[in-house]
Amino acid sequence: MFEGSGGPDLTDIPSAVAQPKRRSSPQLVWLVPIVAVLIGGWLAVKTILEKGPTATISFKTAEGLEAGKTKVKYKNVDVGEVRKIVLSEDHSEIIATVEFEKQAENFLVDDTRFWVVRARAAGGQISGLGTLFSGAFIGLDIGHSSTKRNEFTGLEIPPIVTGDQPGRHFILRADDSGSVDVGTALFFRHTHVGTVVAHELDQDGKGVTVKVFVNAPHDQYVNANTRFWDASGIDMTLDASGVKVDTQSILSILLGGVAFETPVGTEALPEADPDAVFHIYSSRAAAMKQPDREMRVFAMYFSEPLRGLTVGAPVEVNGLLVGEVKNIGFKYDARLQKPGFPVDVAVYPGRLRALSPEGMPDPTPAESKARIDALVEQGLRGQLKTGSLLTGQLYIAIDFFPSAAPAKIDWTKNPPVFPTQPGTMVELQATFMNISKKLENMPIEQISADLRQALQSLNRTLVSADQAVKRMDKDVAPAAKATLEDARRMLNTTERMLASDAPLQQDLRTSLRDLSRASQSLRELTDLLDRQPESLIRGKKESKR
Amino acid sequence: MSNSAVTASQLGLCLCHGCGGLSRLDGDGNDLCCRRCGAALHLRKPDSIARTWAFLIAAYILYVPANVLPMMRTGSLFGAQVDTIMSGVVYLWHSGSWHIALVVFIASIVVPLAKMFSLTYLLISVQLGWTHRPMERTRLYRILEFVGPWSMLDVYVVMILVALVQLKGLATIQPGLAVAAFGAVVALTMFAAMAFDPRLLWEPKKDHHV
Repeated sequence: MFEGSGGPDLTDIPSAVAQPKRRSSPQLVWLVPIVAVLIGGWLAVKTILEKGPTATISFKTAEGLEAGKTKVKYKNVDVGEVRKIVLSEDHSEIIATVEFEKQAENFLVDDTRFWVVRARAAGGQISGLGTLFSGAFIGLDIGHSSTKRNEFTGLEIPPIVTGDQPGRHFILRADDSGSVDVGTALFFRHTHVGTVVAHELDQDGKGVTVKVFVNAPHDQYVNANTRFWDASGIDMTLDASGVKVDTQSILSILLGGVAFETPVGTEALPEADPDAVFHIYSSRAAAMKQPDREMRVFAMYFSEPLRGLTVGAPVEVNGLLVGEVKNIGFKYDARLQKPGFPVDVAVYPGRLRALSPEGMPDPTPAESKARIDALVEQGLRGQLKTGSLLTGQLYIAIDFFPSAAPAKIDWTKNPPVFPTQPGTMVELQATFMNISKKLENMPIEQISADLRQALQSLNRTLVSADQAVKRMDKDVAPAAKATLEDARRMLNTTERMLASDAPLQQDLRTSLRDLSRASQSLRELTDLLDRQPESLIRGKKESKR
Repeated sequence: MSNSAVTASQLGLCLCHGCGGLSRLDGDGNDLCCRRCGAALHLRKPDSIARTWAFLIAAYILYVPANVLPMMRTGSLFGAQVDTIMSGVVYLWHSGSWHIALVVFIASIVVPLAKMFSLTYLLISVQLGWTHRPMERTRLYRILEFVGPWSMLDVYVVMILVALVQLKGLATIQPGLAVAAFGAVVALTMFAAMAFDPRLLWEPKKDHHV
């Protein structure tokens, strides 16, 4: 296109063709950033809207927790994530900052609880095995409060019962906690129906308050008259029918347990109040015992020592338990200038009345007083008795002693003084005392002197006897010897006389032979006479032969 | 020195972008097209600066969600995890693969940022009519054009992982919104680089809108 030399000839270059304007608006390109702004803005708004609240939770340790990784889960659904973990200012705990999702906004109320879910084995249960693979996470239990809160203290142990579990809490009180601990099972008719969720010493240190949770629908079985007892271990009773072993479950043997039951006949009572407090009895028998409504306290003064009598020792009427020893005290009677040891005894007359099959109406106090007075008049007395010869434990028997000296209850004292009778042990002692006294009075010295004299004369007798024997030995023995020799000689003569070759023997034998012959002849004669009796007259016939 | 050279526009000539044919511009030079192929003729890329600005601003805006939002959700037996670009780099660095961390860091964070800042610098320099060092600025522009697609590395990695790792219960990987945003950032910076006319770097300010 370049023609000739020199510069290019610009006129040869074809000129461009003009065209009707088809150009797009340059403003259109600005749609791109506008769209980008829209997208970015939408994302930003979405993020801000989805951004939930942030809260801090403090824990003792950050074991298993990892910033940016550890999740907060409710019912295993992620509702938040740990963003940051720092030490508290005094370095005593860690503070995890958790960012929650939007939906978790109303989770953060006053009584919401957080805890770290790790694999753990406690109370016979293994939980959180999944966290071995996935790492620990923070669990939460949503509270019911409406007060918002942003700072929480995490629990070190996962709560046993979470708020969404149907059922009810009950408060129990016990003198001591026995084997009860958090997580201990609660049994109803040997069925596991609940758990102990809290357990703490009272402020005054005089008891233990235990909080239990009974799962629905079993909570309906707890009513105002329900009895709870410590069902740990094995309840072994030995009675006339043999050994009876009772236990709730193997678990309760190992880990303890609490059982409850409602006494027969009171099941229809309305359900218990939520804030009702129940007592934990030591055993089922104690729990199911009829409560004693009426209690009478008497003081008894015993003449014998109280060694072996303890507070709580039984008080029996005719072998039936009607009360117990409440207190053993000391009183100085200034008037008599004598110390006294009152034994305070609680008696529950209702127990005896309960044994009556047709039922006895409760008497009025005056009636009851009159009745007791009448009985005492007839000889009702308290007596100390030995319950066990081995341990020397004493109990108090209230019995009739018609021959006892008349006495009355001293109602003026508080508590009234009940007359007593010396116990069997004391009587026995008195008998022994008598015997020993008699023994003491015996003239032992005189007896021994007499005895000595007797012995001396006996000695003398023995000496003279000895002399007699010696004399006999000297005088009698030779004569006896001679006599014996004579006797032997006589025997020899006899022996000789009787020998086979002795003449006496010979003569005797000949005589006998003759005698035999004579008897033979006699037989022949008798035979002949038998055959021929006539021969006696006619003479012997000659034989025909 | 190079500024003293005669430019085609000074001579009223224009090269066709379609067929490369040289045309003479008569009149004001607007609304003309190539006699040979019929393509529209422009002395300079039309609305170069405005377009570049538009794309660049869009890229800046989308760069924020690209880095803030999760790039990838990894779900496995051992729990779920959400990763952004930066957390991935940090994770790689901590787990010892510092060289891979470096590659990802450069490809996904340094390069896009450098590209956007460079374009901004070029645009501002053109608008203010700076005349110094046009050569260096032109070289910068060439580098920009060259490295542009490499930033897509991150997006490719995520896409491949998402396609490969779908083991139902054991492990799944899902792309996050950041992938889309990041892809858009890379594409927009490429568009911006394309919309930019490097010839403007050699011209004094007054000629811009010719």
